[in-house]
Amino acid sequence: MPPDAVRNDAILVADDIVVRFQTPEGPITAVDNVSFGVKPGEFLSVIGPSGCGKSTLFNVIGGLLNGYDGIVSVAGETISGPHKSIGMVFQEESTFPWRTVTDNVAFPLELIGMPKAKRVERARNFISLVGLDGFENRYPGELSGGMRQRVSLARTLASEPKILLMDEPFAALDEQTRLLLGDKVLQIQQELKQTTLLITHNITEAVQMSDRILVMTYRPGKVKRIVEINLPRPRTSEIVGSEAFGRYVAQIWNDLREEANRGMRDEEKNVLRQEEQAL
Amino acid sequence: MTTADTPAVTSGRDYAAPLVGLGTFVAFLLVIEAVIRIGWLNRFIVPPPSEIIASFGNLFTEEHIVYRFFFTAGECFIAGVLVTICGIAIGVVMQRYSLLQRACETWVAAFASAPLVLTYPLFMVIFGRNAWTIIMMGFLSALPPVILKTIEGISGTRKVLVNVGRSFKLTPTQQFWKILFPAALPTIFVGIRLGLIFALINVVGTEFLINFGGLGQLINDLAERYDLAGTYAAICFVILVSVLFFMGLEKAERWLRPVA
Repeated sequence: MPPDAVRNDAILVADDIVVRFQTPEGPITAVDNVSFGVKPGEFLSVIGPSGCGKSTLFNVIGGLLNGYDGIVSVAGETISGPHKSIGMVFQEESTFPWRTVTDNVAFPLELIGMPKAKRVERARNFISLVGLDGFENRYPGELSGGMRQRVSLARTLASEPKILLMDEPFAALDEQTRLLLGDKVLQIQQELKQTTLLITHNITEAVQMSDRILVMTYRPGKVKRIVEINLPRPRTSEIVGSEAFGRYVAQIWNDLREEANRGMRDEEKNVLRQEEQAL
Repeated sequence: MTTADTPAVTSGRDYAAPLVGLGTFVAFLLVIEAVIRIGWLNRFIVPPPSEIIASFGNLFTEEHIVYRFFFTAGECFIAGVLVTICGIAIGVVMQRYSLLQRACETWVAAFASAPLVLTYPLFMVIFGRNAWTIIMMGFLSALPPVILKTIEGISGTRKVLVNVGRSFKLTPTQQFWKILFPAALPTIFVGIRLGLIFALINVVGTEFLINFGGLGQLINDLAERYDLAGTYAAICFVILVSVLFFMGLEKAERWLRPVA
């Protein structure tokens, strides 16, 4: 359960979340008693090894998964499905290939019935915010992977969510693009004072952007530690060269190494078990 | 250099592929002409291309080819419109209700491979010896691929796009029109293309069998008269109908889903 101080201040609260799945090998607990709160304007990252239930947690908070125990609330209101205050950016490429950049970004504005001229104007502001001026009339197929993720980000921001929820949005990108896009997200987050919850497995990305990092254990995913990142803001990717940054990365890696090892051994066991079953 | 900075490059190479394609076709005709003139191929079975070309004039002056061309094209068009509306609607309903899909998909697939053209006497009893029998034969034969590809297209929509819709709290109707349908369009168009091939074959085949209507009837008449050059020339017009429909379909797809 999150401390009361956090719970009282928090705009987003996850309280005692437990998610169990039925598998052919029997029931498994993917997420176990996970509780945390995100304060308005805060950038919180959830980090953990593969299989720790990060994406499950993303689906729970985004309202895409039902049948879990615990409560997710936004500004005190318990949610039980997708909520208008939560804007989601997905790990997979999620732009609509049949719409131009402008039409993609204007999508949420179209849903609320905003007149075309106004929504195009608004969309262009968000396109500019993510640095895609000049590409308004392009289709996603004409853009690089990083640019397409920026279109997805702009589309989510256009719905003006209170909370931006991102699931490893830059996982498919190379390290340099990832650092530069991290700069862009930081700049936007600071400009809009956007409350952000980032799900990631990338330690550098988490330290570069976060105010706090929630480290999860390998299955069942529990909160292992919450690390406060006291690096100066405004930040850019230049910070990755600093000594303090390195210390945070090392500290988090120390927490994660044992969990990642457990995950790797578990995967090896699974492969061997499947081979035995196949024989 | 970004994609935006890339200048549009136009060169003679743009015309190379069509020119080589045309050249290959002309070379093929010349080879056939030569093989027939040498006597390796019997000219009473395969007429020389020069005779086929020469018979085009006769088709215009004696056989009302323009009227027949538009008659067959019109039947195909009506069958195409009907199959697009009904095939997509049935596919959507079947995809929506999984029990219906599980119960009927195999039947629809079996229907696709059935020789439906043999049922033409039944349709003649129902509609009479007129264009509706031909249109219905075309329509029914084209239905299965459109239904099956509609189911495949909607079912194959990437989950993340569906989740984007859910995250924006789309209603089921919005989810369908704004995400599922546009995402499925390329696959649906594959079904419509396949359907139109079946429709055209069955339209011309039924015209041939019931000796009524446009190009199929003309091919029947010319074959009966043993005018082989005219028969092959008329077949060229069937190919022209097919080419025009495919070009029209491509335009429609670009208009509905203008993906670069």
